[in-house]
Amino acid sequence: MTNSSPPDSRKFRDIHGRPLVAVTGLGIVTSLGQGQVDNWAALTAGRSGIHSIARFSTDGLRTRIAGTVDFLDTDPLVAPALSQRFAEEAAEEAITQSGIGTKGNFPGALFIAVPPVEMEWPQRQSLAQASGQNGDITYSDLQRAASSGRFDAWHDLFIFATVADNIADRFGTKGSPISLSTACSSGATAIQLGVEAIRRGEMQAALCIGTDGSVNPESLIRFSLLSALSTQNDPPEGASKPFSKNRDGFVMGEGAAALVLENAEAARARGATILGYVLGCGEKGDGFHRTRSSPDGAPGIAAIRAALHDAGTEPDSIDTINAHGTSTPENDKMEALGCAAVFGERIRSLPISSNKSMIGHTLTAAGAIEAVISLLTVTHGRIPPTINYAVPDPALSLDVVTSARDARVSRVLSNSFGFGGQNTCLVLGDEPA
Amino acid sequence: MSKTSMDRRDVVVTGIGLVSCAGEGIAAHLEAFAAGRPKATDTKRFAPYPVHPAPPLLLDGQIPKKSDQRQMEAWQRLGVYAAGLALDSAGVKQDAAFKAAMHLVVACGGGERDTAVDGAILTGLRDAADPGAYLNEHLQNDLRPTLFLAQLSNLLAGNIAIVHGVTGASRTFMGEEASGVDALRNAQSRIASGQIDTMLVGGSYSAERPDVLVVHEMGGYLRKGDYRPVFEREGEGEAGFILGSTAAFLMLEAAETAAAREATIFARLLPVESDRPRREAGSVGRSLSTLWGEAASKPDLVISGATGVKEITAEERAALDVLVPGTPVTALGDLTGHSLEVTAPLGAALAAALISEGRAREITITTVGHRRGEGVIRLSALS
Repeated sequence: MTNSSPPDSRKFRDIHGRPLVAVTGLGIVTSLGQGQVDNWAALTAGRSGIHSIARFSTDGLRTRIAGTVDFLDTDPLVAPALSQRFAEEAAEEAITQSGIGTKGNFPGALFIAVPPVEMEWPQRQSLAQASGQNGDITYSDLQRAASSGRFDAWHDLFIFATVADNIADRFGTKGSPISLSTACSSGATAIQLGVEAIRRGEMQAALCIGTDGSVNPESLIRFSLLSALSTQNDPPEGASKPFSKNRDGFVMGEGAAALVLENAEAARARGATILGYVLGCGEKGDGFHRTRSSPDGAPGIAAIRAALHDAGTEPDSIDTINAHGTSTPENDKMEALGCAAVFGERIRSLPISSNKSMIGHTLTAAGAIEAVISLLTVTHGRIPPTINYAVPDPALSLDVVTSARDARVSRVLSNSFGFGGQNTCLVLGDEPA
Repeated sequence: MSKTSMDRRDVVVTGIGLVSCAGEGIAAHLEAFAAGRPKATDTKRFAPYPVHPAPPLLLDGQIPKKSDQRQMEAWQRLGVYAAGLALDSAGVKQDAAFKAAMHLVVACGGGERDTAVDGAILTGLRDAADPGAYLNEHLQNDLRPTLFLAQLSNLLAGNIAIVHGVTGASRTFMGEEASGVDALRNAQSRIASGQIDTMLVGGSYSAERPDVLVVHEMGGYLRKGDYRPVFEREGEGEAGFILGSTAAFLMLEAAETAAAREATIFARLLPVESDRPRREAGSVGRSLSTLWGEAASKPDLVISGATGVKEITAEERAALDVLVPGTPVTALGDLTGHSLEVTAPLGAALAAALISEGRAREITITTVGHRRGEGVIRLSALS
């Protein structure tokens, strides 16, 4: 038999002539549970994973709720370790589903969105105690304690490359792993990096992960000090209310998602089951402000249009929008504005939904978690709801899905709009154009 | 993994921005290269750890608005400043449309702690009746609300976007030395394959902060005492790196688009090689040799990112003695100190400047991460 002829290869190319990128494995961990089955059941039932924080004292805090993942634990319980744990579980599920490679031998690179890493308060306190300082404590005391050598294991814990290093070791990914951040769009950027690498023929497969396990006192307070968080603590599950008139900020969430991306032709050749495709990725920066978007919404609009163009498709082909939908007054307004500009009058009847209503804002993981949910939406032909939409915002003319809706979904637009102006949108679908 | 079979375009360096203890700009860094030892070492402020401090900068020159300056701490200011120098160097600083379409990859860690607040909280926690409540109260009341924005890793890119109008899109890579190598690798690949035409790539590191000194003292990576050449730290108690406040940015472009806009071309950046084999005795030497071979490296001189950390520095030296016997090797640690994420962009920028000045036709930069990861970066004259 001869090598594949050009017509065969052409069917595995997208409209721009590039290799199609298939998804052959999905993994997910959120406050709703571990794995696709439990998460999908909870999401479509409109269950919330938001609850009162039990992990640490919330005494005196304005926001006392989050979507923490409490069923997975690490020792020490610090963001990098927890983020790694979530990532491992998600990657295990995705790689197992894809059947790619062999155990501990993933035939491609790792792109992992991780939350910023730094020493946390329990460790700072341990160092302070070990220093023996009885007067005012300074970093000189911490340095002295560090130089005892007793805490050397913490060096790796508190540098940035360690999570990726451990994931790469465990799953046997190839080459130098990339740890990345684009704030709230990080998870989507991890996917985009994988797509680009496969398209330029650098690899046939990529493991793309977004993870975040950083609900701790300082992270919570940092967002609180920027007035970004909802303070409607009671009931916790009612606080995240995207697109509602009385939305008052986001709720921090945790979790991870992993996607196995493959050159579609290679995936078919090895007999893999293709779950869907990443058809397009678009991104655009916003230089207006560190936490607010350009008032004209131009960057968000540009990111959406870039994703559609990259997918070689028109707005009309989108069946549903998986919104960034953080439940902040600002984001939801700007996102609605941007979508209306791109989709025109159709926005009034184009189903849109925000998973963050149930799992909160999973930050570094969000773009990846929501991409996984978008693909499950395509597979199951069912759109998860936006819960807590009791008082719609009349200024936003959106068709918000309020209970799980059956629909033929072939194309999903997944939006991620990040702090510091990093906007990334993905077009995910069942069949190539 | 395979090299793409797609036609690969030449990728060239068309702008350079550099800030370190050597000073600011290309000339200052060429002088430093010639001198072969750091221009400034501060052994007092963070004793017993020496650092190579950033030079005094007139921030207004690259960050015109005081409100922007105030939003940032040293790490971000250094980076935004150097990015501005690179845009000036590329001749595009005033071209709003060009910058609005330009993409950015930044390699960095995170921003400075408020060490005074941290110290006060630690002191108070010692005797607090309810430590949890105490911590919450003081974090809420004593931290300036916008400090978080000065700490967030991706906000170095964000500030470059805001201050300089570079708003194509940005990605931030984290992960110490390897992230700087991979930022260059990713940018070179994207341009060479035709996915993008122009990128600004670089990073920033601030050494003058007690918090990072604690992290690197755990594990014993820091050199104590005064400066000593990187490859002469084998004696008892001599090993370790001296951190240097450094920021480096390069404009990378497809050769054809650079030619079309009649840009000054400093040098060509060839495909970057990197890997992360398990660290054990001998692994660094083997890794460097393998990557060197894959890069098909034949340099007139070598710029080494060697850290001065025991064993791996000696392994690198031994590997270079075999790979390029007799070829001059200059350690960045002897010019600017060790700057982690910035090592690769700094080395590449300096190499591009040297090639442009006719001091070499081909330069190879090595980066051996203090904890993991090796990289080999090759620049050459365009013709």
